[in-house]
Amino acid sequence: MGARDNQEIKIKKEWCKGCGICVTFCPKQVLGYDDEGKVAMLDSENCIKCGQCEMRCPDFAIFLGGKE
Amino acid sequence: MNNPIVEKYFRMDNLPHIWCPGCGNGIIMLALAKAIDSLGLDKDKVCVVSGIGCSSRAPGYLDFNTLHTTHGRALAFATGVKLANPELEVIVISGDGDASAIGGNHLIHAARRNIGITTIVFNNNIYGMTGGQYSPTTPNGDLGTTAPHGNIDRPFDIAQLAAAAGATYAARSTVYHANQMEKMIETAIAHKGFSMVEVISTCPTYYGRKNKKGSAANMIAFLKDSFIDVKVAEKLPEEKKAGKFLMGEFKKEEGVVEYTVAYESIIERLKK
Ligand SMILES: Cc1ncc(C[n+]2csc(CCOP(=O)(O)OP(=O)(O)O)c2C)c(N)n1
Ligand code: SF4
Ligand code: SF4
Ligand code: SF4
Repeated sequence: MGARDNQEIKIKKEWCKGCGICVTFCPKQVLGYDDEGKVAMLDSENCIKCGQCEMRCPDFAIFLGGKE
Repeated sequence: MNNPIVEKYFRMDNLPHIWCPGCGNGIIMLALAKAIDSLGLDKDKVCVVSGIGCSSRAPGYLDFNTLHTTHGRALAFATGVKLANPELEVIVISGDGDASAIGGNHLIHAARRNIGITTIVFNNNIYGMTGGQYSPTTPNGDLGTTAPHGNIDRPFDIAQLAAAAGATYAARSTVYHANQMEKMIETAIAHKGFSMVEVISTCPTYYGRKNKKGSAANMIAFLKDSFIDVKVAEKLPEEKKAGKFLMGEFKKEEGVVEYTVAYESIIERLKK
């Protein structure tokens, strides 16, 4: 089991300002937008949990957290 | 449900912050919190000081001892804090205008003294808070509200300026290179002496819009493509370096006496 197997991407929509930084730099292109222009996970199966979205989100609205 | 680092080191009541969508300030602030976490510092032993500007609002969101002071004077206040409390890790957050225009004199003298303060410059190449006036780091030819026909000044290289003035650690990173930036901040805080981390950031609202740089993501993609590490650059032929900017660690000097240590030794000597 990889160190991040029990982690998943969490999104705090209230804080997302829809800047698109995470969407642009996601190496697997698994992020997109919802109807309100806020970030949405489109394909969690293919997320490699690299954390690049978290490290560049200026609003702390997307991050890797423990699975519930 | 929050990022645990944010919950641990931020004043949750003050979030979300007021910065514009895509403003790089938040990226640097998170990296700073992560660097402090990696160092395992006691929150009560950290003091974050800022001047005035969009970037200088950062201490309002951070849950440490914090001081939001006057424009350009963060290092002057921080010098007082450090002299009175040498055991504190004093961290200054400053904009490019705050640090190198109105506060430029404080910057060179704090560096010259090698006082144990870590300065993180949020360099967005413009005065963000006041609406887009050019700063000492606005590139030559670029537009600002005070340079409607193009800036005729030559820009400062803040990291090298600090190094030349006597800083014993000087490095530069960008908000694209957030992992590397976090490591540099960690090294800078652990360093004994004046340390400077200049982070190239984004102001999509003023610098970006005035200079037609596109979205925040476009601006960050530019940083990705334009900055190369000094160590890599050393091995590259000249043509590959054309139009590129340097980042990385420019200076790391050990063994230079730190200012509060020198001050303390005078006190000890006079007690005898
Ligand atoms: C003594 C003084 N002069 C001028 C100002 C107006 N002022 C506020 S912020 C600022 C510049 C902000 O630019 P920078 O330091 O680069 O920070 P940013 O807002 O871009 O993060 C200026 C000129 C002031 N507050 N105090
Ligand atoms: S963790 Fe990596 S792969 Fe997964 S969404 Fe974030 S950037 Fe994309
Ligand atoms: S980087 Fe953050 S604020 Fe920007 S779109 Fe992604 S989650 Fe939203
Ligand atoms: S004006 Fe520029 S620096 Fe200020 S919050 Fe907006 S994007 Fe950030």
